[in-house]
Amino acid sequence: MAEVTYTGGPLPVAAKGRNSVGWLGVLCLIATEACLFAYLLFSYFYIAIQRGPGWSPEPNPSLAMAGPNTLILLASSVAAWWGEGGAKGGQRTRQLLGLSLAILLGAIFLIVQVFEWKAKTFRPTDGSYGSLYFTITGFHMAHVVVGLAMLIAVTGWSWLGLFQPRRHEPVSNVVVYWHFVDAVWLAVFATFYLAPHLMW
Amino acid sequence: MTAWEDARTPRSAKVTPSSPGPRLQKIWETGPGLKGWISSVDHKEIGKRYIVTAFVFLLLGGIESLVMRLQLSGPNRTLLSPEAYNQLFTMHGVSMIFLYASPVLSGFSNFLWPLLLGSRDMAFPRLNALSYWVYLAAGLFLYAGFVVGRGPDAGWFNYVPYAAREFNPGVNIDVYALGLILLGISTTVGAANFVVTFLRLRAPGMSIDRVPILTWGTLTASVANLLAVPSVSLAFFLLWLDRQFGFHVFDAADGQPLLWQHLFWMFGHPWVYAIVLPAMGMVSDGLPTFCRRPLVGYTPVALSTVATMALGFGVWVHHMFSTGLPDISLSFFSGASLIITIPSAVAVFAWTATIWLGRPVITTAFLFFASMIVLFVIGGVSGVMTGSAPVDWQLTDTYFVVAHLHYVLIGINVFPVVGGAYYWFPKFTGRMLSERLGRWNFWTMFLGFNLGFFPMHLLGLMGMPRRIYTYSAGMGWDTTNLVVTLGAFLFAAGVGLFLINVAVSLKRGRIAPENPWDAPTLEWATASPPPPYNFAVIPTVASRHPLWEHRLNESAGRSCLDEGLLLDHGRETLGTTPLDGEPSLILEMPGDTPAPAILALGLAVLFAGAPLKAWWLAGLGGVICAGALVLWFWPRRVHADEPEAAHG
Ligand code: HEM
Repeated sequence: MAEVTYTGGPLPVAAKGRNSVGWLGVLCLIATEACLFAYLLFSYFYIAIQRGPGWSPEPNPSLAMAGPNTLILLASSVAAWWGEGGAKGGQRTRQLLGLSLAILLGAIFLIVQVFEWKAKTFRPTDGSYGSLYFTITGFHMAHVVVGLAMLIAVTGWSWLGLFQPRRHEPVSNVVVYWHFVDAVWLAVFATFYLAPHLMW
Repeated sequence: MTAWEDARTPRSAKVTPSSPGPRLQKIWETGPGLKGWISSVDHKEIGKRYIVTAFVFLLLGGIESLVMRLQLSGPNRTLLSPEAYNQLFTMHGVSMIFLYASPVLSGFSNFLWPLLLGSRDMAFPRLNALSYWVYLAAGLFLYAGFVVGRGPDAGWFNYVPYAAREFNPGVNIDVYALGLILLGISTTVGAANFVVTFLRLRAPGMSIDRVPILTWGTLTASVANLLAVPSVSLAFFLLWLDRQFGFHVFDAADGQPLLWQHLFWMFGHPWVYAIVLPAMGMVSDGLPTFCRRPLVGYTPVALSTVATMALGFGVWVHHMFSTGLPDISLSFFSGASLIITIPSAVAVFAWTATIWLGRPVITTAFLFFASMIVLFVIGGVSGVMTGSAPVDWQLTDTYFVVAHLHYVLIGINVFPVVGGAYYWFPKFTGRMLSERLGRWNFWTMFLGFNLGFFPMHLLGLMGMPRRIYTYSAGMGWDTTNLVVTLGAFLFAAGVGLFLINVAVSLKRGRIAPENPWDAPTLEWATASPPPPYNFAVIPTVASRHPLWEHRLNESAGRSCLDEGLLLDHGRETLGTTPLDGEPSLILEMPGDTPAPAILALGLAVLFAGAPLKAWWLAGLGGVICAGALVLWFWPRRVHADEPEAAHG
């Protein structure tokens, strides 16, 4: 009876990219967080439908700040993606440049968001619309902060030379999380800024 | 040579007493003393801690229920005030559902998974430790409120407006809200760990149609948890904002109180499966050992496990689209049970057929597993009864529901867990539990349980409502209530016998060999208790029953247990492909570290500051968390210091 022992070739050690367990771990994190935002938006639509027109204190939310800010966040994703390419190809300068740019753009997004909050005429305690608006955008901002912290950590570590060229797994994991944070923003943006123009 | 390796052809070796055991022992051993204990990331250590902690909460919840039963043993008793009764039934439900039923199964799975799958640890050992410590912190947190007389008191499902500040101004509900968010963190990281472990850390050759059913159960539960837990965490967070910061989400005037029930039950439906499916898996794996034959219908049972969850989410969707209130106010457990009957019937038939076609060896573990089938059927029948609307109108919120939910929960969770403890105790500790005491243990629990809970059905039919702190004489409930209380105490005595058996056997039990039950799966192929590295070489699997191959002839090849991949350049294990279990990478596992415990401490401090609104305390917690995270994620130079030793 043939005993099955290993006859294959070399195996990657602590593999990178899609073959790593860390990657799957990040996907699990993204799945559960995506559900969190789905429940948040469900709560919004549930109450919106029950309350009907007139519920929202700003039926036509202004896109003046939120629109460009959305583009800034998307650009940040692109920068992160470009930097990740640098990590994969072992181009250190490109990696550092891309990630730093992503951080910068993400930070700008945050600052603009704070002004956006200040410009609102309603507060979270004024009614359930305000409660949900600030809770949901607040949740998203918290995710931006976390994403930025992670980007700063991997950029710092890359800068210190702690990641060898082929060991870019943490970079990829953080970058995919960053893309997720941006994708969530699109959903939040569509809900609060675009849908009202269609709904009422 | 640099410390960084990209790829390597792993060496194979034959196991001898001198190699590679002692070397691996040095690599995998946990350090001595308190620091070692706190830093351990060994899944076996964590699993045992989970089980012990969960049993402590089972006992606390049990004591609470006995006090309630004393109060209800006769009419007009004055042992408890109404407020005390409210806190007791709420804490009883919370302890049992959240702090016992689910964590105890995580404990079993944590201990067993890598052994069942032929791996050296879970995919994320440090997350595993984190999940335990956070669970412990959440349990202590919830109980801290109760101890100072501020336990939650609006029932475990905590409906608004009962739970709104207007009607419940104390800190009670805030403690519950924040405690469950904390617990949710633990559940979520634990679930992610199970999912990834299942996908990537199986022994070579263990394709997904060869894994033990327990892993299907826990996998299903974990996926459900990943998708469902955010719902309840969010609900509790919004409630806290409403209560303490004047938000209006659940506000009847401007928000929508019903949203609470949606969010709670979107979580609640999958959750009830999460606390029974792994336990059913334990029976599916344990029972065949004592029937001396493979489980009848492996594939239908595995599929029905997954189907149960899919249906669970189906029910949830159905609730979302229907008008809401009338459906949702149907008792949750009866609704869940209605749906669960179809796939459950598959499991019941499979177990019964396994006993029927096998040659059962009657052990205590067998008795627990087999009796679970009976209790399951009783719980199922009462579930179908309450599931039909006219009956339900009569029975909802009566003791009939209390009877039903205990048949389901004790029948499908506690009995398999105690049976599982008898079955795996030798693996946990290296000693056998006493079979003689085991018989006493079983029969006391079984008779006590039925004496205590079967008459509750009658009380329900006679109209006794649930959640009442007393009743007046002359309702015709007196004798039955007394019997119920006596039965409850008998059941508790049975649990006590179990604990005595554990205490005595730990010291004086028969020393267990590797495979005392002559069982078929991989956990029995290593020492009892297993060494820190689990397997000296990574086993190669050729069938569902690696240790029964010589009799079953299920497959052409033979599993190979004493020769295989060595993987000894530091803490290493094998990663395989998700479906077929082909070797695909070498995993470098993290060493022991206090970071998870520190992170859990930080979270606990953060959450302790929140209900007190002591923001400096919460801030301090945040700082501790940040420090722990830096410590955790600082890039490791993996075995940079021992490239030579690795080849020695
Ligand atoms: C000695 C064993 C036990 C006894 C005597 C007992 C007794 C009781 C009693 C008297 C109630 C309150 C009924 C009411 O006033 O409405 C109750 C509720 C409950 N029990 Fe148990 N129980 C036991 C074990 C368990 C276990 C092991 C579980 C779960 C694994 C469990 C889960 C629950 C739940 C979920 C509730 C509902 C709480 C609520 O209404 O919010 N019980 N039990």
